[in-house]
Amino acid sequence: MVAQTSKSNQGSLLEKLIAKAPVHIAVVAISFIWTLPTIGLLISSFRKAEELTQTGWWTVFEHPFNFTQFHLANYADVLTGQGMGQAFLNSLVISIPATVMPIAMATFAAYALAWMRFPGRQLLLALIIGLLVVPLQMTLIPVLRTYNQLGLAGSFLAVWLAHTGYGLPLGVYLLRNYIGTLPKDLIEAATMDGASHLKIFTRIIVPLSTPAIASFAVFQFLWVWNDLLVALVYLGGSKEVAPVTLVLRNLVGDRGQDWHLLTAGAFISMIVPLVVFFSLQRYFVRGLLAGSVKG
Amino acid sequence: MQDASNLTRILGAIAAILFGSGGILALFYGANRIVNRFSQTWRDRILPWVYIGPAMVMLTAYLILPTLRTIYLSFLDRGSDKFIGLKNYTFAFTNDAMLTAFRNNLLWLVLVTFISVALGLVIAVLVDRVKYEPLAKGLIFLPMAISFVGASVIWRFVYAYSPPGADQIGLLNAIAVGLGFEPIGWLVNKALNNFALIAIMIWLQTGFCMVLLSSAIKGIPGDVLEAARMDGANELQVFWRITIPMIRSTILVVTTTLTVLVLKVFDIVFVMTGGNLDTDVIASLMIKQMFKFRDFGKGSAIAVVLLLAVIPVMVVNIRRFRQQEVN
Repeated sequence: MVAQTSKSNQGSLLEKLIAKAPVHIAVVAISFIWTLPTIGLLISSFRKAEELTQTGWWTVFEHPFNFTQFHLANYADVLTGQGMGQAFLNSLVISIPATVMPIAMATFAAYALAWMRFPGRQLLLALIIGLLVVPLQMTLIPVLRTYNQLGLAGSFLAVWLAHTGYGLPLGVYLLRNYIGTLPKDLIEAATMDGASHLKIFTRIIVPLSTPAIASFAVFQFLWVWNDLLVALVYLGGSKEVAPVTLVLRNLVGDRGQDWHLLTAGAFISMIVPLVVFFSLQRYFVRGLLAGSVKG
Repeated sequence: MQDASNLTRILGAIAAILFGSGGILALFYGANRIVNRFSQTWRDRILPWVYIGPAMVMLTAYLILPTLRTIYLSFLDRGSDKFIGLKNYTFAFTNDAMLTAFRNNLLWLVLVTFISVALGLVIAVLVDRVKYEPLAKGLIFLPMAISFVGASVIWRFVYAYSPPGADQIGLLNAIAVGLGFEPIGWLVNKALNNFALIAIMIWLQTGFCMVLLSSAIKGIPGDVLEAARMDGANELQVFWRITIPMIRSTILVVTTTLTVLVLKVFDIVFVMTGGNLDTDVIASLMIKQMFKFRDFGKGSAIAVVLLLAVIPVMVVNIRRFRQQEVN
């Protein structure tokens, strides 16, 4: 921002425009290339099955106003015929508790780590930072075995708990960093007034930490919604509980050439994350920055 | 009939959401009530553990104990009945499929981190100079919201192959044919398929690099840049001599984050090629050992290999955290 104002005050507007042309061309070209694959998918998902396998999706622009080349039948088919509708519900059932549970646990833990004095605090923090990068693969076999013994495999509870465990290191870390920077006076004043920890927590910490909580919520939600590995391992093959990612991946395996189903199915699996992403991008970016840069 | 079952499904979903979300809050309030019956000194001693307890229980149950157990299992045979020493590790470091996976993982690591960071940096510098920066950034960042499975479907379509003569429906082959080449089997040609998969990851992660690097670039004080320009430095010199050194720590963070992410990559390979035609990576081979061959010893050993690979990153992160706490 500052750099721009300092750049050049001399020279006409035209000169500036020409000087900047390569920048504009590069930015527009990259944005275009980056968006093209997704656009192709979206357009194709509305095309008829037989046309889809005959001609490229860009041919729709030969008759851009001929709306008869589009229809919604692919969506109807994949939602009801291929079980994507059920999977969509399952994804919601999996993602919402798997987001709320780690938020609650992480916020309480982050408060304790930031504002309570107890032995082993630093060690715990170092441990949590170490756990941030542990590959999930390290945990799959033992957890699956325990689930099989307890009869939990294939249940929503199994994935809720697993996602909670896996999401906690990031949540505690992000929230502790944020809660640790809240003004000390505020908390001390509340303690002087005789407020209990729970009161400080619910009345001061949680309201002031909403941006950080929102960041983690967006993160965790997108992560859980988009997850394939955890669902694949702990839910197995049962259709009643499979989320969209699992159904989509099975669709690729079974009907790999049925592009009308694949494109519509992929878009259904993407719609919720895209909406969340666009409406809450601010928080998502803030979470990214706090999660990596400051760490 | 259909409507009724849908309704029960939705009601069941809402009940499940309420149960899963409400249970955890009830837990904290209940624990707090119990602690309140103790005397003040005991309360102060117990309360931190009540707050941190549930998180610690979950971390122990889902990360710490399973990790230790996997290390133990990696020394046992396929059914975890007999101790077989380092045999699984001999397999992990000598088996042909594993060696191919190591090669592929190295290729992924080098290409994804280098290209994503470099491209992200260039884009971050470029978009800083245009008025429609938020729009351009949003479009490049967008793939971050898409799952690996969704991205795989998108790119399978881009790579789609039709025999020569037929109309190509895949974007890349349409371009290839338009330029006068034969259509290319991007995912079956062994010289190309790994690169085709790596490109997907680059497409997904460049936006992440761009966002982090862009915010670091905006944090460089304006007068530093201005002073350099006053001294006659051109834009390229400013970029190499000032921008890059000043955002070095962010570049390091982005690189380590990508390293960990790439090491764990599994979904793209699993969905696109199933690891066939020499495209397996370490993480996808681990799943194969687990589900296809039911060899939990080898699967565990491969997972341990992955853990060993991320330990340097872990050490760097903890050290950086220690430094911050001192400051």
